[in-house]
Amino acid sequence: MKAADFDYQRPSNLEAALDLLDDESGDVQVLAGGQSLMPMMNFRLAQPELLVDLNGLEDLQFIREADGHIQIGSMTRYCELENSPLIQQHVPLFSKALPHIAHVAIRNRGTIGGSTALADPAAEMPALLIALDAIIVARSRHGERSIKAAEFFLGLYETALEMGELIASISIPISEAGCECGFYELARRHGDYAMAGVAITVQTTNPISEARVVFFAVSDRATRTEAVENQLNGVSTLAGEEMKNAMEEIGKLDFHGDLNADIATKQHLAKVVFKRAIAEIFS
Amino acid sequence: MSGPLTLFDKPNSYIGKSVPRPDARRLVEGRGKYVDDLQLPRMLHAAFVRSPHAHAEIGIIDTAAATALPGVIAAYTATDLADHVSPYVGILTHLQGLRSPPQMPLAVDRARWQGEPVVMIVAQSRAIAEDACELVEIDFHTLEATCDAKTALQDDAPVIHAEFDSNLAWQRTVDAGNVEEAFNRDDVTVIEREFTFGRHTGVTLEPRASVVEYDPSEEVLTYHYSGQAPHMMQAVLAKHLRLLEENVRIIARDVGGSFGIKIHTYGDDVATAAAAKILGRPIKFIADRNESFVSDIHARDHTVRGRLAVDAEGKIAALEIDDLTGIGPYSMYPRTSAIECNQILNLTGAPYAIDNYRARGTVVFQNKNMMCQYRAVGHPVAMAVADGLLEEAAHKIGMDVVDIRRHNLFADNAYPTNSAAGMKFDDLSHQKALEKLVKFMDYDALRQNQTEARTQNVYRGIGLVSMVEVTNPSPMFYGIGGAPISAQDGASVRLDAAGALHVSASITEQGQGTNTIIAQISAGVFGVDIDRVKVTTGDTATTPYGGGTWASRGAGIGGEAVLQASHALKQQVLDVAGVILQAVSDQLDIVDGHVVDKDAGTQRISLADLGKIVYYRGNELPADVTPELIATRHYRVTDFPFVFTNGAMAAHVEVDVETGFVKVLNFWAVEDCGRVINPKLVDEQIRGGVVQGIGGALYEECIYSPDGQLQNASMADYLVPMAAEMPDIHIDHIETPTKTSVLGAKGAGEAGTGGAPAAIMNAVNDALRPLSTSLHQMPMTPQRILKALGKV
Amino acid sequence: MINSQNISLVVNGEPVSASVPNRTNLVDFLRNQLGLTGSHVGCEHGVCGACTLEVNGSMIRGCLMLAVQADGAEITTVEGFTSRDKAAQLQRSFQKNNALQCGYCTPGMLASALEYVEAGGGADRAAIRQHLSGNYCRCTGYQSIVDAVVDVIEQGAKQ
Repeated sequence: MKAADFDYQRPSNLEAALDLLDDESGDVQVLAGGQSLMPMMNFRLAQPELLVDLNGLEDLQFIREADGHIQIGSMTRYCELENSPLIQQHVPLFSKALPHIAHVAIRNRGTIGGSTALADPAAEMPALLIALDAIIVARSRHGERSIKAAEFFLGLYETALEMGELIASISIPISEAGCECGFYELARRHGDYAMAGVAITVQTTNPISEARVVFFAVSDRATRTEAVENQLNGVSTLAGEEMKNAMEEIGKLDFHGDLNADIATKQHLAKVVFKRAIAEIFS
Repeated sequence: MSGPLTLFDKPNSYIGKSVPRPDARRLVEGRGKYVDDLQLPRMLHAAFVRSPHAHAEIGIIDTAAATALPGVIAAYTATDLADHVSPYVGILTHLQGLRSPPQMPLAVDRARWQGEPVVMIVAQSRAIAEDACELVEIDFHTLEATCDAKTALQDDAPVIHAEFDSNLAWQRTVDAGNVEEAFNRDDVTVIEREFTFGRHTGVTLEPRASVVEYDPSEEVLTYHYSGQAPHMMQAVLAKHLRLLEENVRIIARDVGGSFGIKIHTYGDDVATAAAAKILGRPIKFIADRNESFVSDIHARDHTVRGRLAVDAEGKIAALEIDDLTGIGPYSMYPRTSAIECNQILNLTGAPYAIDNYRARGTVVFQNKNMMCQYRAVGHPVAMAVADGLLEEAAHKIGMDVVDIRRHNLFADNAYPTNSAAGMKFDDLSHQKALEKLVKFMDYDALRQNQTEARTQNVYRGIGLVSMVEVTNPSPMFYGIGGAPISAQDGASVRLDAAGALHVSASITEQGQGTNTIIAQISAGVFGVDIDRVKVTTGDTATTPYGGGTWASRGAGIGGEAVLQASHALKQQVLDVAGVILQAVSDQLDIVDGHVVDKDAGTQRISLADLGKIVYYRGNELPADVTPELIATRHYRVTDFPFVFTNGAMAAHVEVDVETGFVKVLNFWAVEDCGRVINPKLVDEQIRGGVVQGIGGALYEECIYSPDGQLQNASMADYLVPMAAEMPDIHIDHIETPTKTSVLGAKGAGEAGTGGAPAAIMNAVNDALRPLSTSLHQMPMTPQRILKALGKV
Repeated sequence: MINSQNISLVVNGEPVSASVPNRTNLVDFLRNQLGLTGSHVGCEHGVCGACTLEVNGSMIRGCLMLAVQADGAEITTVEGFTSRDKAAQLQRSFQKNNALQCGYCTPGMLASALEYVEAGGGADRAAIRQHLSGNYCRCTGYQSIVDAVVDVIEQGAKQ
């Protein structure tokens, strides 16, 4: 399990990194935290020719408040998110979810940009970003563009990033008063990828509005489900007919089975995690 | 207690005390010496191209591009090694009818499991060797695979070995009493269940590791071994590499976990040794984690149909089991892959007085990784089947699960006695252990808690197991069947000039504390401070001959050899002291490193002074006195095939019936391993065993696709138990020393792994009982529980 | 030709310079080029925790970081723990509590435990278990490891 050989560059500024990425001749891979890429390289499932290491780029490491958003540099590590007072104050969904992501030693190294760009359907971060209506800021040598999280994750390990682009930052709107969030996942062991999970944000001032319900680890990507959100919006609490409808709508998701749970189990557990997350929000 | 002090309760005895391990400091400071830590001059590294197919003809192998890569020294196929290694066959003559074809380290003509080594690359680094592996081209022609043990014997199943008429490897039956008549009685209740046990593997944290050196000038092969049985490995390598046994030296320094994984003959290890011999250079092979999953032996993988009849008083009238297991394409060499099935037949129901017992075992070949002995061989299956059926029967007749055990466990005064399968038992304490457990766990309070919880829709369950464990095996285990596996062990104890003891012993250390208990026994028996005892194990060149570590035998067998040798040396030293002090040696003793007057305790001469006289100033001794300050003793169990231990365990679990998740709330074990030499070491070893058992019951499983691809060959996907999900585990002991030795110690290393799965399964089913369902398939995963509940 | 780079770093207080292949991960570099074999390789995919060590003040997986990335870093491995107060206490406590058997997980386990203790973690057993949940031990039942960590925390609280 030794990685195949590769060329390695560690640019000292973003422009230099983008120059390196703007190369269509070979297989260029960005190295962020490396907590998923390195295992894939060790298994030789990934064999890039050139590795562009972003770990030297201080201009991608920040957490700041600006324009009603929390802006997070893509090379911000999970542990920095966990310890940030800004995040604790303004992005409580992160604070709830982060302790479930792998283990401390992984969070000490793994970055928000890395797991966003990876788009693992079982990972928490894509779902969190969609639930938070985050904006992913992509940069290339040819400019910058903003992509809504809901439009960023296209499938299994597939994103809207184009050749030569990397994630520069992620911008999360600061939620208004009355906004609550819920997070629930079922993992076989602490820190494992979930068998099913859900992230929810919602305005709980009566009646409920602006619900965003995003499942992960049940399909080929983090999946927002407006049909379920519609059952939440406009009621004071989710119960009775609306809950029944919500359950029915969850059952219609495009479930993908894995080693721990087949489609029927995913279907069942998706309903359970949703009910539990809702119960937590409204308890 | 009355009578004179024995060597176990003398003030200077270390036996029975929680002495910290002297070698632990080395390990916590990063100074361990594991095989992969070795870097030898001119050392090369091996990697293997393994079959990606479960079953395939091997056509042309093209290694030209691989060998052309800079840094690659050699590439070997089975053909290249044919003149250097003789084939091996994993059979034992006492397992009558067991068959397995000859096996070579690399696949010859046909690959028979995904992961079987086909080509070996030797290069200047492991990374380069792996680069070269990617350049090897093998023309595979895939064949239909036989993967499912259940269909392996069907007429249309592809036969894996052309020389055999079917995929049958071995079959055995046991028939005691009159089972049919007992099941047909009209006063009995019959319970019938099918139990399924998933494939496990050991996941030693240190993977299998070999560094092999060969010196052609002396024809000496030195094998740095991460394993349990150096002398067995010496015999195996000498035989199959055609070397003189005395020219093969096996050295096992620190071993990063073993659990039965590292006691077998693996093709990649043998190929590494062969290549070292061919090239005359040291070669290192470290199995990476991916290789570990596809090539370390697997275990369990049994389907057992079980049937139990009990009368209205809960007395067992009859027990019948039918075990089917798939062992991969070969029986593993030299211990064979039939032992687990054999153990299941021997041990199912063994704690209970049963007159009528019938068992059938069927072992088949299949195109999966090979299966062989792993911690608690057969025990988790045997205990789960018997105690699973027993608890179901108790509920069916409305009897408490503790009461039904009270009615059926052998009485504590029943020994010596035999089980229905013919196992010889002595010095066991099933009833006492059960009563102690019931008190220890506060059984009645837990039952009350369970009832209360159910009113809140919380499903808690309590499950028990009464068990036996095979320990201290005699030659009846392997040696009788022709394997080069010693059942006896030796120890040499030497008094050095400075008054220190040096013990070398043939039992081995994998972290369980072997070296510590050797020092405890020797220091205590002889009479020196434990800090003055130096222990050597794990080297065929410097230790007496013996079996090493397997089947929970180290303390019981090797410990007794140490005791006998230390005792003998003490007599020899006192004889010399008698001459020097002009005293009667019978009236002398050794305490705290000094020869003392036995009665008054007055110090007469220090061992250091005595040593100096003997070694440096022999002129002061009479000419006819020839002191021997070294003693060697060997020990084997002679009057029993095995020395059984017993135990009783209980699990308290909570099942989330909405998710199928099981939380282990608590676990208790009462264990009778005879004399406890070091409580702290034994307790945590039992806990580790329990955790491994919980792993098997709830998490661990090698998942194969129907065409024989291992689908979870990583630590992210093969779920081992981790700290967060494990409970604190409470341990208590009963000490019924075995009469087979002075030390009286039996084994304890496998009890937890053998018993915990049954207790967990019973507890889960106890929790599920109000919902009128049960599950007898391990691991009991959330999905399986949800399916049992009809929720998915 | 295998791609390599020159790196300079400080390991256990000692400045080191070396040429390393790009693909060599940090733990392989420490073990094979510097002879610091205390950090162990268990899975090479970041799950088992045996290679956990400290880089610039945080505990990370040595198999999931390249050696070339450690250029300019300050690294502490188990060999360097002995001179550090809480680490030395943990080492003694592990011995006393029999919190190891084969010792292969121990360096990584100590690193994770040290991070917990130095961050002021409490003696809550469940919290300790959770913090150590990324470190696999096949030998112990984890209980003695938790005991060892609790002991150090309680000793610290008394002082």
